[in-house]
Amino acid sequence: MLHRYLPMTEDDKQQMLKAIGVESIDELFSDIPESVRFKGEYRIKQAKSEPELMKELAALAAQNADLKSYTSFLGAGVYDHYIPVVVDHVISRSEFYTAYTPYQPEISQGELQAIFEFQTMICELTGMDVANSSMYDGGTALAEAALLSAAHTKKKKVLLSKAVHPEYRDVVNTYAKGPGLEVVEIPLQNGVTDLETLKKEMNDDVACVIVQYPNFFGQIEPLKEMEPIAHSGKGMLVVASNPLALGGLTPPGAFGADIVVGDAQPFGIPAQFGGPHCGYFAVKSALMRKIPGRLVGQTTDEEGRRGFVLTLQAREQHIRRDKATSNICSNQALNALAASVAMTALGKQGVKEMALMNIQKAHYAKNAFVERGFTVPFTGPFFNEFVIKVNKPVREVNQRLLEKGIIGGYDLGRDYPELENHMLVAVTELRTKEEIDMLVKELGDCHA
Amino acid sequence: MHKDQPLIFELSKPGRIGYSLPELDVPAVDVAEVIPSDYIRMEAAELPEVSELDIMRHYTALSKRNHGVDSGFYPLGSCTMKYNPKINENVARLAGFAHLHPLQPEETVQGALELMYDLQEHLKEITGMDAVTLQPAAGAHGEWTGLMMIRAYHEANGDFNRTKVIVPDTAHGTNPASATVAGFETVTVKSTEEGLVDLEDLKRVVGPDTAALMLTNPNTLGLFEENILEMAEIVHSAGGKLYYDGANLNAVLSKARPGDMGFDVVHLNLHKTFTGPHGGGGPGSGPVGVKADFIPFLPKPTVEKGENGYYFDYDRPQAIGRVKPFYGNFGINVRAYTYIRSMGPDGLKAVTEYAVLNANYMMRRLAEYYDLPYDRHCKHEFVLSGKRQKKLGVRTLDIAKRLLDFGYHPPTIYFPLIVEECMMIEPTETESKETLDAFIDAMIQIAKEAAETPEIVQEAPHTTVVKRLDETTAARKPILRYQK
Repeated sequence: MLHRYLPMTEDDKQQMLKAIGVESIDELFSDIPESVRFKGEYRIKQAKSEPELMKELAALAAQNADLKSYTSFLGAGVYDHYIPVVVDHVISRSEFYTAYTPYQPEISQGELQAIFEFQTMICELTGMDVANSSMYDGGTALAEAALLSAAHTKKKKVLLSKAVHPEYRDVVNTYAKGPGLEVVEIPLQNGVTDLETLKKEMNDDVACVIVQYPNFFGQIEPLKEMEPIAHSGKGMLVVASNPLALGGLTPPGAFGADIVVGDAQPFGIPAQFGGPHCGYFAVKSALMRKIPGRLVGQTTDEEGRRGFVLTLQAREQHIRRDKATSNICSNQALNALAASVAMTALGKQGVKEMALMNIQKAHYAKNAFVERGFTVPFTGPFFNEFVIKVNKPVREVNQRLLEKGIIGGYDLGRDYPELENHMLVAVTELRTKEEIDMLVKELGDCHA
Repeated sequence: MHKDQPLIFELSKPGRIGYSLPELDVPAVDVAEVIPSDYIRMEAAELPEVSELDIMRHYTALSKRNHGVDSGFYPLGSCTMKYNPKINENVARLAGFAHLHPLQPEETVQGALELMYDLQEHLKEITGMDAVTLQPAAGAHGEWTGLMMIRAYHEANGDFNRTKVIVPDTAHGTNPASATVAGFETVTVKSTEEGLVDLEDLKRVVGPDTAALMLTNPNTLGLFEENILEMAEIVHSAGGKLYYDGANLNAVLSKARPGDMGFDVVHLNLHKTFTGPHGGGGPGSGPVGVKADFIPFLPKPTVEKGENGYYFDYDRPQAIGRVKPFYGNFGINVRAYTYIRSMGPDGLKAVTEYAVLNANYMMRRLAEYYDLPYDRHCKHEFVLSGKRQKKLGVRTLDIAKRLLDFGYHPPTIYFPLIVEECMMIEPTETESKETLDAFIDAMIQIAKEAAETPEIVQEAPHTTVVKRLDETTAARKPILRYQK
């Protein structure tokens, strides 16, 4: 058949069959026993031409309410941020996106150097010593952090704050079943981890304490008070962080975190219905040889020229097989590249400015809600998200907002029965005063 | 003389910016009043300060120091480095796919759910399985997800003693690693001299403690495990399950389906067979297909079709849980779906036929110059041994490095582990005969050089931007980040 991705002509085929010494392509499949041979064609949709398919899929995409046509106040781990346009221009260079893992460093210096720069930027933001080349996403990175803590401390208990993203907690719980870890959830107090319960649950059996900073409700967890508790039993402090927030907030490394993970989605990566995003994983240097995933290191070539290679591979599955520190093989290199370009474009000034702008806009919105008479249940400091109480089911309220072109906040009742009729509102730098005012007005009208 | 490309940090100059944020349009609050002073960052993160042109020049320079499929032939065995169609990229960037929040109300994402559902239906037919989840982010993640389901299945039957997973000695490293992360012990089964799983050894290792056998078919030697039904019988009659590593599915599209070979659980690598680009190492996507018995254990949520449209089903009490936040690497799944719809049933059949034709053609033409350890029809890839060249003082690593001088990405080397001085070559179906011939000519020339002027090979590469790098020092004294 003729197809634009298949270059072989009939003449090529005949010459090749002759060189092989067979009469037909079918002969090459003679080793597949008759009993398992699939006969006929797949019962799937027939091929479409490029313009027909483009038209069909564009129409399918148009059935969705996208964040560029609607005004979104939905966050809960995935955010609508400014993406510098250079990001897509860089990651569209096919030397990057059609390459694979840089196994041959001499022809992969571009990718390797870009990852080395990414590792450096993550270390800078988190205040940690070593960062890897990326993980699938923030949730699996957090689960791997729990496994690393357990393997390193040889302990089996994990204290997991309920103020950690519910879906991240789900993933941690799934991963924990493999090595048989016991996961104990620490309840909330005023929207942050309850320190009293944390102290009570803390003992020498604890491999790690896991908190999120800022947490799922946008609240800034008191890492300063948590660190001595977490380390009182010789366990580790694992912090999941939105890296953009760390442009404005003291990094977890400065508070003594042992492992910092998260998702770099706020930097240059579109929401994409939840993936692919870009997990990051950063540790203190003591854990350098136990970190999961690929690491890029700087070295020199035979002539003394600087170059980069994949390094400390003795940790990894392709060398250590069942003794590897993790089964992870691929990473999210292209998204790490996108995040690097965004962090570079924003740079030292822009990351800070954008982080602070999130704080400003979210506080303006919160104050406007308070003025309008809404209850804001949590009173602690927060980054770009906060919780409001509405007097109807959030689902109904969001229906009304949709009619006005607004995607409302997250329905907290889905995960926290005690927070039924509570909405988690995210306000990024992209939301204008006008949009915020409209949200408050529409919700206020609903509320009345 | 090649020039180094400075690190972006070395190009930085205080006072330059590369961004454009709107002015603050709300009354400013004093950050010190709303955030406690301990939590306000005092020292800014040392990120680069460069202009937009600096950024484009820097990354363009880096891209030129990188080899992708679009740069040249990339016969990296077991990785299926085929052409990445450009329509995939355009579709994935449509606002209605790229800019969707995963937690939006279901009625606002019906198009996305329809695509996911239809992709699942297509993958079910292609694999011969009864249900598919798109949640796993990559192949290894799919392996672990599948093994967790097998574990849940056994436990639901009150069977807690199945602690072992059998993998062949030719298996990808991820197989035993995934087994460990899922809480299993790995047992290795040997291969025969013909390069297939040794049935006698399999009978010896299988038992009441067997949870599953993980198998790649065709295996990593590029050979079809023709005794698959017998193997399935051996494992199933001992109460174990069969896991299919779909890394090599490109070899059997429309020729054999895992579901018809007796497999219970299968993962696919959408970034291999189904052209999600490899991205320099990811993101990938690793959907898992299962037989009906395993449906209750699928990770939640699943995507279902109801009377009022598509929806997520969270009410799955026996599910293994979530394996990833949200629903998988949707952006990669969009690309894979676009590809499947571009090929159709006869296109996918042609894909495998040409992939196998190309591999056999290269294998036959190179067999005169390199040792061919398994002399039979291969599937989509084949292995050669550099044993003959090693006797001349030229290692497989040297041959790989010499290929760089010809503008090629080398094959996978030193894997599978059971072949001495192994080279594993996978041309894929998207390469023309001219490209294959040129590569073959280069390999023949290198074989001649190994005999006549071995130093040219031993000292390769000669034309790349850096020469061989000192990996020992890199590991011994790691420098993993830039510091001023």
